[in-house]
Formats: sequence, C-alpha cells, structure tokens
Amino acid sequence: MRTALPSSPLQRLRRELFSSPLDGLISIGLIGFLLAVAIALVKWALFQAQWAVLQANSTLFAVGRYPLEQQWRLWLLTTLLVGATGLSWGLLRGLPRLDRVDQLWPRNDRIAVAVVLALAVLAPLFLKLSLAIQLRWWLEAALLVATRWAAGRWALRIPPPARRLVPLIWPLLYFAGMVLISGGLGLIQVSPSEWGGLLLTLVESSFAILLCFPLGILLALGRRSELPLLRWSSVVYIEFIRGAPLITLLFLGQNILGFLLPGGLAPDRVWRAAWVLTFFAAAYVAEAVRAGLASLPKGQLEAARSLGLPLPQALIHVVLPQALRVALPATVGQFISLLQDTTLLSLIGLLDLLGTARTVMANPAFLGRNAEVYLVLALLFWCGCAALGLGSRALETRLNPTANPAR
Amino acid sequence: MPLLRRLAASLPLMVSLALVGCASDGGGGIQSQKLATIKARGKLICGVDGKLPGFSFVGSDGQYTGLDADVCKATAAALFGDPSKVDYRDLNSSERFAALASGEVDLLSRNTTETLSRDAAGGNGLSFAPTTFYDGQGVMTPNASGVKALKDLAGKPICVESGTTTELNLADRMRELKAAYTPLKFQTGDQTYAAYLQGRCVAVTSDRSQLAAKRTSFPDPAGHTLLPEVLSKEPLTPATTNADPAWADAVRWTIYALMQAEELGITQANIDAKLAEAKANPNQADLRRFLGVEGEFGKQLGLPADFVVKAVKATGNYGEIFERNVGMGSKLKLERGSNRQWKEGGLIYSPPFR
Amino acid sequence: MPPSSVSAVTPWWRNRRLIPGIVQAAVGLVVLVVVAFLVGNLVRNLTAAGLLLSWSWLGNPAGFDVSETLLPFDASLPYWRALLAGLVNTLRVVLLGLVGATLFGTAVGMASFSSNGLLKRLARIYVELIRNIPLLLQLVFWYFVVFLALPNGTSAIQLPGLVLAKSGLYLAWFSDLWHLQWQGPHLDGGVWHAPLRLTVEFGALLTGLVVYTAAFIAEVVRGGVASVPKGQWEAANSLGFNPLQTLQRIVLPQALRVIVPGLNSQYISLAKNSSLAVACGYADLYSVAETTLNQTGRAVEVVLVLLGSYLVIDLVISALMNGLNRMVQLKER
Repeated sequence: MRTALPSSPLQRLRRELFSSPLDGLISIGLIGFLLAVAIALVKWALFQAQWAVLQANSTLFAVGRYPLEQQWRLWLLTTLLVGATGLSWGLLRGLPRLDRVDQLWPRNDRIAVAVVLALAVLAPLFLKLSLAIQLRWWLEAALLVATRWAAGRWALRIPPPARRLVPLIWPLLYFAGMVLISGGLGLIQVSPSEWGGLLLTLVESSFAILLCFPLGILLALGRRSELPLLRWSSVVYIEFIRGAPLITLLFLGQNILGFLLPGGLAPDRVWRAAWVLTFFAAAYVAEAVRAGLASLPKGQLEAARSLGLPLPQALIHVVLPQALRVALPATVGQFISLLQDTTLLSLIGLLDLLGTARTVMANPAFLGRNAEVYLVLALLFWCGCAALGLGSRALETRLNPTANPAR
Repeated sequence: MPLLRRLAASLPLMVSLALVGCASDGGGGIQSQKLATIKARGKLICGVDGKLPGFSFVGSDGQYTGLDADVCKATAAALFGDPSKVDYRDLNSSERFAALASGEVDLLSRNTTETLSRDAAGGNGLSFAPTTFYDGQGVMTPNASGVKALKDLAGKPICVESGTTTELNLADRMRELKAAYTPLKFQTGDQTYAAYLQGRCVAVTSDRSQLAAKRTSFPDPAGHTLLPEVLSKEPLTPATTNADPAWADAVRWTIYALMQAEELGITQANIDAKLAEAKANPNQADLRRFLGVEGEFGKQLGLPADFVVKAVKATGNYGEIFERNVGMGSKLKLERGSNRQWKEGGLIYSPPFR
Repeated sequence: MPPSSVSAVTPWWRNRRLIPGIVQAAVGLVVLVVVAFLVGNLVRNLTAAGLLLSWSWLGNPAGFDVSETLLPFDASLPYWRALLAGLVNTLRVVLLGLVGATLFGTAVGMASFSSNGLLKRLARIYVELIRNIPLLLQLVFWYFVVFLALPNGTSAIQLPGLVLAKSGLYLAWFSDLWHLQWQGPHLDGGVWHAPLRLTVEFGALLTGLVVYTAAFIAEVVRGGVASVPKGQWEAANSLGFNPLQTLQRIVLPQALRVIVPGLNSQYISLAKNSSLAVACGYADLYSVAETTLNQTGRAVEVVLVLLGSYLVIDLVISALMNGLNRMVQLKER
C-alpha cells in the first residue's frame, strides 16, 4: 500500500504521523514520551549505573561455580559449536536453491557478521575481561566468520554424500557437549550443582526442548487415539499438567520426588528440575501438535491406511510431516516460553541466570544493583527468544510447500 | 466436554489421596543406609543458606565460606579426609526441611533454630546435632526511623524471611504487645534485606548474629541500630533426620570433636604435633582415644579411626572456626558471648569422648 | 474392515480386533505399575519420615501472620484459614489482573490498526519486547527497581485523590458510603492514610501480570480483528457506518468468535502466573502454602492443596469462558 504512493521520507513521515489533527496530537505525545524515556535511560546508563557488578562476576554469570581448571572443556565446546554453526550457515548459503537468486553474502548475513564482530570486540571491553579471555573471544568470532566464508565458498566442492552428513553433526555435538560439561569418558566429573549461570540455563532449556518435543508428539497421538485407555491417560496427563502452575510442579519435583522414588534413586536436583521442565512443556507441545493433527483432513490417514501402510508408517510418513508443519509456530512458541520458564529455577534455589543474579546481589559489595543486572538479563533473554522466533519464521517459509518450489 | 476433560485432570489427585489415605504402614527400609550412600557417592551433600556472610556465603571466586560451611567441611573431612568433598546446596528457609526429609541433602547446616516441633517425630522429624551458635532474635531499624522499642513498630511494616522461627516469634511478641503490624515476607534473605534497605519497611527482624552480619555489608552500617529487646532464644543447630540415627550420631560427634578439640587446646596448627605426642606417650590415654590412636570411636560411628584429626586439620577447632568466620577475626566482629567454652562460662560443652 | 477370508490368513499381529486390546492392556498395565510403584514408595518413605498423610494439622493455629488479607486473619487462627486468606489474595490479584490485562491488551491490539504509524509500531514493539522477556524477571524488575524506588513521606508522588509512595498506592474513596463522604489521602505522622490502599507488593505483581499478559492478549485481539475480512469494513463504510459503529456492530461480533477461545488460555495462564507472587513479597496462596509447609513439614498435603486450588480456579475460568464462547458463537444464524 505504501509503495503505491509517491514517497519522499518527509511525505511519508507526514502521512504516517500527522494525517489528522488527532494523529498529530498522539504523535507529538508519543514522541515526547519516547524522548523522555530515552534521555532518562541514557543518563542512567552513563552516569548512575555501576557496571562493576557484572564485570566482577562475569564468570559466575557465565558458568557458575564450574571449576576453573576444567573450564577449558567449555571453551572447547564453544569452539566446536562455533565451527559447526559456521559450517552449517555457509552450506545453507553456498548451495544453490531454485527459489531465490544465488547470493553468497545476502544483506542479512552481512549484518549478522557485523553484529558478531561488534559483539566480540565490545562485549569483552564492557565486561572488562582479562586480555587472555578477550583474545579467545576474538578468535572464536574469527573462526565463525572464517568457517562461514570457507563453507560458503567451497560448498559445491564438498561431495553430496558428505554434505548430507553435516546436519548429523548437531546431535553428535549435543552428546559431546553433555560429556564435556558433565564429565565421563576419562574426563573428571563436574557435579551439576557446580553448573550455574548461562551454562545452567542453556543446559536445562536445551535438554527440555529436545525431549519435550518427541514426548509431546506421543501425547498428542495418544490423545487422538481410538483406544479409550490410551486416550484418557493422555488427556488426564495433559490436563493435569496444564492445570498446575509450573512453580508448584517444580516444588513437587524438588520436595516430593524424593519420596516417590526409592531412597537414593532420585536424580540430582538439577536434572530433576530439567525433567520437570520437560514433562511440563510436553503437555503444551502436545496441545500444539494436536491442533496440527486436527487441521489435517481425516482422509489423509484413511488414504494412507487404505494404501496398505501400517499405522506407524502412515503416521510417520503422511500425517506427522504435515501436522508438524502446521504446529511449528505454536511449538516454537512453547520452546520460547520454556526458555523463559527456566528463570523459575531460581525460586527453587538453583543458580540459573536469575538465581545467580540474586546470589550476586546478596553480596555486600553489589547490594542494590538490581537495575543493571536485571536489564542485562532481560536483554540476554530477549535476544535468545527473538532468535528462536526468527528461526521459526525462517523455517516456516522454507517448509511452506507453496512458497518454495524447490521442494 | 472440555470441562469434563479438565475434571479428569483432577483424577491423579484423587487417586493419590485415596491410595495414600488408605495405606497403613510400609516399614522403613532406608535406615542406616545414609552413611553407606554418602561413602559410595564420595561426596557429602550439605544444605546451606549460601547468601549469609559469616555463616555460609559464596564469594565472587565461587567458594563457600562461613561457620555453617565449615561444619560441612569438617564433616566431609571426617568422612573422607578431604574438606573439599562437599556438594553445597543453597536452600531457602522454606524448602530446607523438605530437602532434608526427602534425602535431597545429607546434612542441613543452615542457621536453623532447634525447636520442639522441628525435632519431634510428629513434627518435622529432624535430628539435631549440637548447637553451633547460640543466638537470639533481634530487630534492626534505621536510626532515622525514631523507633526505640518494639512497641513503636505498631502499625508499621516489618520485613521478615518467610518460613523462619523469627516469623512466628514476631507474630507472638506483637500479639502480646497488642500491636498490629504489617509483616512483609520474602522467600530469601537477600530479598528481605534488599526491601529493608530500599526503605520498604521500618524494621527487619532475624537472628541477632544475622542482623549484625548483614549490617556490616550495608552502605552505612552506623545508620542502623539493633533494638535492645531479644525476642527469643535461637540456638542455631545443624540437623539430619530421624530416619537414620547412625548418621545423626556421626555428625553429632564430629561437631562435638571440634568443641572438645578447643577445650583440649588442639588447633589446626598444632594437631600434627599433638598427634605425634599422643602416639609417643602411651599413658596419655584421653588424648590417644580422642585422636583415634587407640580405641574404636571412629568404628563405632562408622567413621575412620582418625576422624577427629582429619576434621580439625580441615577447619580448625570450634574456637578457630568461630573467630575466623564471625568472631573478631572476621568482618562481623561478634563477641563469643554465650558461645564460649563451658569452662569460661559459655554454653559450648562437649560430652566426654569415652 | 477386511473381509473374513482375508482375516483368516491375517497373522495375529495384524488382527484389527486383537491388537488394540493388547495395546490397551499394555498401556493400562504400565500406568498401573508406575502409579503403584510411586505410591508404594511414597507411603513407605513417608512412614519412615513419620509424615503419613493426615489433615488434622489444618485445624492447628497457624502462628504466623499474613499481610494485607481481605478476610480478617491473625496468627491464632488455624492453618486452613491462613490458606484461605492466601487463596482470597490470589483471587484478588487474578480478578484485577484479568480486567486490567483485557483492557490494556485490547487497547494495544487495536493500536496496531491505528492510522498513526508511530502508534502502530509502538504497539508492535511493545508486544515483541514484553513477550520475549521472562515474566519472573519482569516481576522482580517492577518490584525492586521501579516500585521500591518510589519516594516516601512528603516527597511521595501526589495527584488529586491519589498518592503513590513506597508504602503503597493510596486512593480517595468514600469514607462513609451512606452519607457520600469523600476522603482523600492524607499524611499523618509521616505515614500516609487513605480509605483505599494497595501495597507496592500487590502493585508490582499486578503491574507485572497486566503488562505481560496484555502483550499476549493484544496478539489475540489483533488476530481476531484481522480475521474479519477487509471487505466487511469497506461494506460498512459504504453503508454509512462510522468507524466506531463498524467496530461495534460489524467487526467485533465476528472477531469475538476468534478472540474468546484465545482469551481463555491467556486468562488461565494469568491465574497460574499469579503464583510467582513469592518473588515480590505478596502473600498469595503459594506463598502462604510455602510458609505452611515450612512450619508443618507436610509437603504432600500442601502440594495437593495447591494443585487442587489452581485446578479449581482454572475450571471456573474455563467454565465462564466457555459460557461466553457459546454466547458469541450463538449469534451465527
């Protein structure tokens, strides 16, 4: 609509903000309000805020009490993750696709690289990290850009069978990451109670996200099953979980699970919380998937069955791919709220990002530095959730059969 | 239909209610397994506050320090000869007993007041070790508030940590004074003090030692006063559960050992010399038994024979622990007061090691 | 159904009558075994800890105080009264939260259809900003950073009939409803007094819940209004309806069919989210239950009370919203 009209920036501004006297009044009010907020924020950030609380505790916020002499494992994991990201990203862009003009460095990618480089330079400066650690972050950023460049440049030279193996890196990396973090296979064990901060938040949320998805699909299928017992067990489970606030379930997991299992069998409370998050999110994912299943015409399953496909195969090859595509936005929405829900761990005494923040602010030296810490945490969470949302939308367009003739 | 389905959700509730309600007894199968579990695990899981300077506190280096943390370290040293074999769990005051009862932590060393209902089998069912800090409840107010006594707090908001004995004592005292007040309860100590410092309440109440500890960290420690009234007795005591008396005894006597060591003048510095002395002199029977050179004290408790040596080596004796964490050698600068040895008129008294 | 001649040669694992039965039996068995295992352990462990399920403690005096209760409460009253006071506090914040979030959310949702580009974008930014930050983080932010930074005493923020101070929000109200006597907030001995007072704990919780839920409701409203075809607006316009009339008579009745089910789930999550009150010191049901657990050690009973109460709240909201849903759907003839 906007493109249809001639538009110099000034005209556009006028049309959008001052098309009627009322609009003008509203606009002036809003502009005044925004300016006041912006000025207050800048003033506060420059003159009142004391960022020492983050600078002195950056390690605590990043990994909690993870033993210092074992932290090389986390650096190794970061490096692996960065390498894998660069590789996948490069391949995604380097391979020709029918639906768009090939472009090795589209605008979005250039912006992303600029943001990464800026972050790698500015964040360590802001946090006053030691030179050794700063240097590592620069190297990580350089590695990301380099693998991205190399993979994009030579994507076509990689033989297709090898290329097809690349996505497999991710599950492998996940297991490798778990081993690196918790120990085993010759590495010293690092007890979960020593994980904290961002590390704990990421471990808990990634674990729950990965497991709640298959569990949710099973529950959704169970709920739509023709077998009454299966259906009713699923219904009872889903509605029971959805009827309870997460905090009461976490509370139950921490205080009652010990009673429910034979002595000593209950997992560590970090894992206990991870399982509660998983079981909690599964009920919601089940509802999202169920909506996806409901959107399919009944004929799909019947047609597949009448072609002689056994039920499991009909579900896996015909019904689920279509249903999951419909359920994708709602499911990712659940993942996003799951990431946000990890903050509730701080209420049961775990030291996730928010829990660490509360501990740090009990430290005499940093009492009352609430605004600094909470704002930075909010920014972190916002970036994480927004990234998930963006990824979901990108995936949606790619999976949309009508918009993508390549499939 | 949706309603019906949601009603169905209450099914597990009802079933569990019915089943648990009908069940009579199952016979306890977890007695005296705790020690074995801990030894097999190779680590002691210790429930602490984690946010209270002087008692248990995580510094920016991620290390736990404090009197309560030292009790954990001494116990771990008695078990494994290594004070670092402790997994600390930060517990807030309202989750601590459930964590202990469900076996989540082996030992609760979290400035917990010993009371009848917490000890009783029909109450929380805890088993208390010797008291490591005799305290009393106090009230702190800003000097500027003009509050001079408890009764001045009528009609005013008072900050208190929820789920503590202080919460109950406050309610009792204010009722006696017939003074209405607004309790502002927070789940954790740091939130309680943050609200107090930001001026949300005119007073904050807690154990006097804790108030003193927190006050050292205030921007203007001199601007806050403890009211003269002591609201209650607060013997802060480590605890285990009734479910495993053998484990409770091991903890109890490890703590007594720290107290006995002070009485005998055994310190972290001279423990090796004392041990050599005991080994060299067969007629110093008391010392030899205490340090495990002879006798079976360790074995009777399920601990190594030299558990006393290991514990004292790790943390020092009770007096050293006190001085380092809360006494004159610390930021808190608390007097020994009631926490002196019995010979000096205090309440610290170890039964004989015999 | 396959003809019988086929089923004669069908192996048993393809039998369409047998398999469902076997699967059902297996599922039933697994569920039964798991439940029996868990409950058996529960009973054994609770017995060992001397905490076997009982409800008599509910009648014992609570011994602790609960602040800002609607029902009169003091420490000598029994535990069940304390829990009830907490429940009433929860209901209070949920009820006000529902109203506030609906009004604010609808306003934001409608703002995204404004002709003012700035307003439209702000509405969008608001939704994207709020939805991507955890509620708990927002709550502690509101409480510790915003509300506790309010000035106190004489320097409190004073508007006609309203005073906002660190100790709470003071509102003018009828001190005597019968004689229509109006009383504003007044300072007395350094402390504000007013007929109507809300604490900052309540204020922070309510603000957090309203701001957070409104972002989701705005999306529901926007989706609902957007689901009405553009042609409807144009048709109404050409029939001489003004925009407000169009919205009221044409668009809203249709949009509501989409909006009401969406609102239902947002309302339920607001009710459940109110349990985060512990983070900002408001004495809601969960907070009272936690204190109760701590004083009694009755973990299982307290959790059952909690789960049961929230389930009932959810059921009531669902029932009401289902009723509303039927009303708006009925208009379709």
